[in-house]
Amino acid sequence: MPQEMSTREAYGQTLVELGRENQDIVVLDADLSRSTRTSLFAQEFPQRFFNCGIAEQNMMGIAAGLAASGKIAFASTFAIFATARCFDQLRMSIAQPHLNVKIVATHSGITVGEDGFSHHAIEDLALACSLPGFTVIAPADAIETTQVVRVAAATYGPFYIRLSRPKTSVIYNSAYQFVLGKAATLRAGTDATIVTAGIMVAKAVEAAASLSQKGIDCRVLSMPTIRPLDEQAIIQAATETGAIVTAEEHLEHGGLGSRVAHVVAQYQPVPMAFVAIKNTYAKSGKPEELLERYGLTAANIEQAVHSTVLRKR
Amino acid sequence: MLASSSGEIAPAGNHSASATSAEAFPSIKGGREEVGRPLAEVAKSLRRHIIAMTAKAGSGHPGGSLSAVEVVTALWFKVLRHRPTDPQWVERDRFILSKGHAAPTLYAALAESGYFPVEELLTLRQLGSRLQGHTDRTATPGVEMSAGSLGQGLSFGIGTALAARLNSQSYRVYVLLGDGECDEGQVWEAAMAASHFKVDNLVAIIDYNRQQIDGWSWQVMNLVPLEQKWSSFGWHVIQVDGHDFDQILAAFEQAKQVKGKPTLIIAHTVKGKGVSFMENNLEFHGKAPTPEEAQRALEELA
Repeated sequence: MPQEMSTREAYGQTLVELGRENQDIVVLDADLSRSTRTSLFAQEFPQRFFNCGIAEQNMMGIAAGLAASGKIAFASTFAIFATARCFDQLRMSIAQPHLNVKIVATHSGITVGEDGFSHHAIEDLALACSLPGFTVIAPADAIETTQVVRVAAATYGPFYIRLSRPKTSVIYNSAYQFVLGKAATLRAGTDATIVTAGIMVAKAVEAAASLSQKGIDCRVLSMPTIRPLDEQAIIQAATETGAIVTAEEHLEHGGLGSRVAHVVAQYQPVPMAFVAIKNTYAKSGKPEELLERYGLTAANIEQAVHSTVLRKR
Repeated sequence: MLASSSGEIAPAGNHSASATSAEAFPSIKGGREEVGRPLAEVAKSLRRHIIAMTAKAGSGHPGGSLSAVEVVTALWFKVLRHRPTDPQWVERDRFILSKGHAAPTLYAALAESGYFPVEELLTLRQLGSRLQGHTDRTATPGVEMSAGSLGQGLSFGIGTALAARLNSQSYRVYVLLGDGECDEGQVWEAAMAASHFKVDNLVAIIDYNRQQIDGWSWQVMNLVPLEQKWSSFGWHVIQVDGHDFDQILAAFEQAKQVKGKPTLIIAHTVKGKGVSFMENNLEFHGKAPTPEEAQRALEELA
């Protein structure tokens, strides 16, 4: 595994492996197969690949029909089109009938970069998590993505898997084991907990390392499965560390932070802070520039932990 | 009332109300021998159920349910290969009701076929019933797909038809749409995709009753020329009187011979068909008959 790899690349490669192992795997795309990397599957299994053109709503319906007939249907496009563009299709044709469709959405968040707000999916977790019966996962790196895609293929039901465009650091090694619905403790700590997912996991680890230099012993919980949430891990973190900061590449409302707060408020209220995009659409720019502009850096996390720890009783 | 300038008016059957006949559409002819229970009798039973169910529920969509009766009857009692005792039989032909508000018609056909007791029909729309206001795949045996938000059934049908190809199965897929439903963009995405993927085991039927909630369909959102729209999208199109069993059955037979492209049957129908005061009466698109109206309707359908 290289030091850097995009999660979409890992997805494309894993799909090919799955296609070789299981005849029932079918893949759909909406004219973005080179970008989503489903083109790798299309090359090897043209009979089981359906390019639906620029028609995402129809793609979701076709995926539902294939799934209802015994197929494991992977449907891919950019995250904004996979959710916002066809929310009613997700609701009517996939969620309510509870069909075996795996929506693997690439180009999530603002790290899409220069294409601008039309292509920045910053509401997709809120939309996907609102659908009854959906499992929602945001892997942190290429290694985790490979495992998540395999688990999704092996687990009946609708999935939304959120991937990214840019190459990102590979943070796990081959010993890592993704468990559906379980958080991974990447760093032990007792003063505060950072709960995070996706590309922000690497930044949370960086922030925690810096905080430890300053005498704050910070736990890092990677929470790839955003729904269903690992409530026990959150309650334990709230109980043992007394302060929680969430970090995600998404709007502040409706994503990981909101879902963690829901658990904290119910079972173990402690001070919280939310590192996320604040009620705005982002502009065009380079991914790293945008992360800085919209407050999604390790320094932002560090600052949020500082202020939250001060509010502890 | 019917604007002949629309250029594609093809009223079916004997109309009451304001519909006047215009030039006839080029329909197909077919002859057949009646085996088993006469289809016209089954159709009358379905109509009686639709009236009784919606009247009991106090809500529902009788108009667009009544217009679809002959198409649904022909399918469930003559065309489809299905097993009422085994709704999940993998080789069954699939019927997908995309115009989900015509659920009463489908429920009546399923009950008359033996999927569940006829008495259950009167639970329509009640809390705890298996018969939801619009079709629900998870609730009712024999219902292939949830619907009610229009425009989604044809896409699902394509996926179902493609799966048959991948699995080397011989089942056929039938999707019933409304004409108003064709306002939805997803219908045309699916129309394009079905011919692109050459799914010749897929048949769409449009219940062309020419009315939608806000009025005549050519006034609300003009679909004319409907036949040319679909044929230019690559479909084999057949037009029939949607209340004439000979024509309907001949069309389904013809569709089986069409290779390399999907088939659309435009069934020219009358909204509210079979009940004099409901025919072409928009009031009954989404309103149930009162007990008195139901009584009158059932007398007409005796």
